[in-house]
Amino acid sequence: MEVSNLESIPGKNIVEYIGLVSGSTVRAKHIGRDIMAGLKNLVGGELKGYSELLQESRNEAMERMVAQARELGANAVLNVRFSTSSVAQGAAELYVYGTAVRID
Amino acid sequence: MEQLIGVVVFLILGYGFGTHYEKKHYKSILKRERRHSKRPAVNMKSVPLEGREIESSALAVGSTVVSVDYFKRFLAGLKMVFGGRLTSYESLLDRARREALLRMKEDAKDADIFLNVRIETSSISKGQGEKSVGSIEAVAYATAVKFRNKV
Repeated sequence: MEVSNLESIPGKNIVEYIGLVSGSTVRAKHIGRDIMAGLKNLVGGELKGYSELLQESRNEAMERMVAQARELGANAVLNVRFSTSSVAQGAAELYVYGTAVRID
Repeated sequence: MEQLIGVVVFLILGYGFGTHYEKKHYKSILKRERRHSKRPAVNMKSVPLEGREIESSALAVGSTVVSVDYFKRFLAGLKMVFGGRLTSYESLLDRARREALLRMKEDAKDADIFLNVRIETSSISKGQGEKSVGSIEAVAYATAVKFRNKV
């Protein structure tokens, strides 16, 4: 499965457009990380716990999108976009979407 | 009284550690930016190939969450009364974006160019119930392209 945020895969032709596929996940911060992040908020700098959490969540959202595309018989997802929105205090939604296509 | 002492201690701690970490972070950012400068990130969808063939392309993603220290948050709170530039938040955003870009580049170690770069920023937590910005997340993503024949 090829994933790209361009409108085509360089050097390949698009045979069929299948449609929009997306994946999302909502994650809450867990309490241990929250306490550490609270401490880190004092001195500033990177909040490693959150960085990792969001990275994992984003990977999961992407896996879901890819799984959906595979189900539809696609072998590439193009023009992928990420977006993050905070749903409630302490929870964030990570959303990935793109166009599933078949390339040769 | 005790509360005041607490705030002063937090301010001193925040200033000391915050400045130290920021300096260290900027040093590492500059060093890594120089190391990766031969592999440009552009937000164009294609580049003139000049006789080069594309071997492979893949999505590269990099992200980071950066928080502002207590001292700077305090300073920004004061500044908000008068308005104007909030330099402490400017450096926070700058650090987060540049770090995310660098991580994206490090995600695709053998890529030669990064096309269609997008950078997104979102605020993760809004501080301790105050109106202040707590920490922000920056994500950078692009299509990492590897050429077959190096020039």
